[in-house]
Amino acid sequence: MEKKWFTISVYSENNVGLLNRISGIFLKRHINIEGLNVSKSEIEHVSKFTIVVNTTEDWTRKIVAQIEKQIEVIKAFYHTDDEIIYQESALFKIDSHLLFDERQIQNIIKESNSQIVTVSREFFVLAKTGRRHEIDEMHDELEPYGIMQFVRSGRIAVTKATMPISALLNQYENEK
Amino acid sequence: MDTITKKKASEKNPKTMRVSGAEAIIHCLLAEGVDLIYGYPGGAIMPVYDELYKFQDKLTHILTRHEQGATHAAQGYARVSGKVGVAMATSGPGATNLVTGLADAQIDSTPMVCITGQVPRHLLGSDAFQETDIIGISTPVTKWNYQITRAEEIPGIMAKAFFIARSGRPGPVLIDITKNAQFDELDFQYEACTGVRSYKPTPKVKEANLELAAELINTAKKPFIVFGQGVILGEAENELKEFVEKSGIPAAWTILGLSALNTDHPLNVGMVGMHGNYGPNVLTNECDVLIAIGMRFDDRVTGNLETYAKQAKIIHMEIDPAEINKNVKVDVALLGNAKETLELLLPRIKKNSHESWRNEFSLRYEEEFKAVIEKDLHPKKEGLTMGEVVEEINKASKNKAVIVTDVGQHQMVACRYAKFNQSKSNITSGGLGTMGFALPAAIGAKMGAEDREVVAIIGDGGYQMTIQELATIYQNKTAVKIVVLNNDHLGMVRQWQELFFERRYASTVMTNPDFVKIAEGYHIKAQRVTERKNLKAAVQEMMSSNEPYFLEVKVEKEDNVFPMIPSGASVSDIRLK
Ligand SMILES: Cc1ncc(C[n+]2csc(CCOP(=O)(O)OP(=O)(O)O)c2C)c(N)n1
Ligand SMILES: [Mg+2]
Repeated sequence: MEKKWFTISVYSENNVGLLNRISGIFLKRHINIEGLNVSKSEIEHVSKFTIVVNTTEDWTRKIVAQIEKQIEVIKAFYHTDDEIIYQESALFKIDSHLLFDERQIQNIIKESNSQIVTVSREFFVLAKTGRRHEIDEMHDELEPYGIMQFVRSGRIAVTKATMPISALLNQYENEK
Repeated sequence: MDTITKKKASEKNPKTMRVSGAEAIIHCLLAEGVDLIYGYPGGAIMPVYDELYKFQDKLTHILTRHEQGATHAAQGYARVSGKVGVAMATSGPGATNLVTGLADAQIDSTPMVCITGQVPRHLLGSDAFQETDIIGISTPVTKWNYQITRAEEIPGIMAKAFFIARSGRPGPVLIDITKNAQFDELDFQYEACTGVRSYKPTPKVKEANLELAAELINTAKKPFIVFGQGVILGEAENELKEFVEKSGIPAAWTILGLSALNTDHPLNVGMVGMHGNYGPNVLTNECDVLIAIGMRFDDRVTGNLETYAKQAKIIHMEIDPAEINKNVKVDVALLGNAKETLELLLPRIKKNSHESWRNEFSLRYEEEFKAVIEKDLHPKKEGLTMGEVVEEINKASKNKAVIVTDVGQHQMVACRYAKFNQSKSNITSGGLGTMGFALPAAIGAKMGAEDREVVAIIGDGGYQMTIQELATIYQNKTAVKIVVLNNDHLGMVRQWQELFFERRYASTVMTNPDFVKIAEGYHIKAQRVTERKNLKAAVQEMMSSNEPYFLEVKVEKEDNVFPMIPSGASVSDIRLK
């Protein structure tokens, strides 16, 4: 089976140990977590993990089943890139003299739709939000000029389809 | 925490009481119906031990001689009784000594709650004396774990721990309690947990899938059942028997499914897997419908997955959704508790007898009998075989004993030949293969089923891994029968070296101590058998004793266990020699 990009969304109760439990599931199978973001979700007291992996669908399905099995996990899903709306953001720290000496840098900034966050005597910082490949492209373009620091955030994503978490929780309340 | 709780109706005094965290732990255990726990004290758990002292008339604490022993004893207790086993230890080394038992309980789905002491909250993360991150360490080997740092958390978390350990697919839970939470006081009131909102222990059976399964079963020409421990954990033994009898389908078991169906039932065709019976393994690759009940297609059962039951439609009855399509792609998944699923399936099943198909099993059995079983049970050679010892135990116990086995050749032989006419009677470390399991597990089994005979069958290697529990046996007068099948080797590893490593016996030969003297040193009656003519009488004497008893049987040093599926081979390539 071919490897693809999958975005795993995990809705869970807030719990300190859960991240350890979830990362162990990937570790055991030597599957690298390419992106990880933990935040609150649309539901009060429910956290959302957004995890990006590059592996086969079969592995992704098995991992999601193992994640969902964890006591504090309410529900876990996986999606391909075309089933979600997603963003990642990146920061580039670049030597300030390039901004003035290299005409091309200005063009890259304009064309990539990135923002200059700060400029100082020594360096300036570019922020870029977008899809993964857009950030990669911008990185490739800037690289020949020298990037002092680069960092990319975890992915944040919402699905095109509805996420029935509230319904699930209501069902639980009703059963009790 | 979002847990549903329910007031215990039996609670006579619903009023809260002001108690220390340590005392609260005892009340939680009592409220959960626990009257026996295993453990080992130390600094960080001393407040709880102090309360155990005060409550000793209500709650018995068995001091094992190693924390690993406490976990295996709790497991043995849980496996025979169906109740949650409880083990307790101090922080640091006490806690890390629990890890093997936790891992064993996790992979074999044994309900267990382990309680560990921890350094006081203000010292957490400071590398304090005997501080260890047992939550981090135990995470991969527990169903759930939690660190209590405030006394008020105790009743809610303990209730949740027991609920999680025993519900759905059972498993071990570890609760780590900082010392300050043991000393501090709280207003105690106990409410049993009946649900956790993010946790669905038992999925609902889907009607449509039941119809699909029934259709496949009713039209099958060569259907075959493989059942596992899910039948025992789900208390579905009667339903399984009815299903087997009504459908006329031959049924085989995984090592942990053993004893769920009487071994002499005419439709019980034996064990599947690496050292299982010939027929069930070979015919796995000939059946047209494979009905898996409460088992998880472990690699020791399936051999090479590429060639496992490829011709068959597969129906999988399973409580844990993560097991579906994990190792084997199935055609119909019946998620749910085995008992409920079988109850719903039964009325849809047509009566049948499958005589000629069953005959295939009989023919394979005859082949196996001539090639293996006869030589194991009625050997013509001088040396004693493990099989004949097991057979002698069957006779003396009239198939009624609980048999606890360790790991190795003796385990495979015992599981192949032990006879059972009652469920929850085969206690062994299946998924983890933990040497050292049997002696402490037998202690727990005897305490969990006091009116039953408990016989531990152990190898000379594994015996020495937890041999110190002889002291626990002596101190508590636990009337277990211990049989060491001594081949002076790490027999199973030696067998692999013989077959696959050109007889290079690297570190598998053992120069053993005088096991009889050792047992006697612990004041346990002991005997050694070296010749066949003395075997029967020795086994009978052991079985008729009301006290703990140790029997060493010197068996052939280089016997092999057959049949055998070499690792990586197909189930149908099982070797008879
Ligand atoms: C704790 C542990 N260490 C190592 C092993 C690997 N192992 C499996 S069987 C076996 C040999 C067991 O020897 P013995 O207890 O004498 O039993 P026998 O096979 O001779 O019946 C070993 C070393 C294991 N299963 N568990
Ligand atoms: Mg041995």
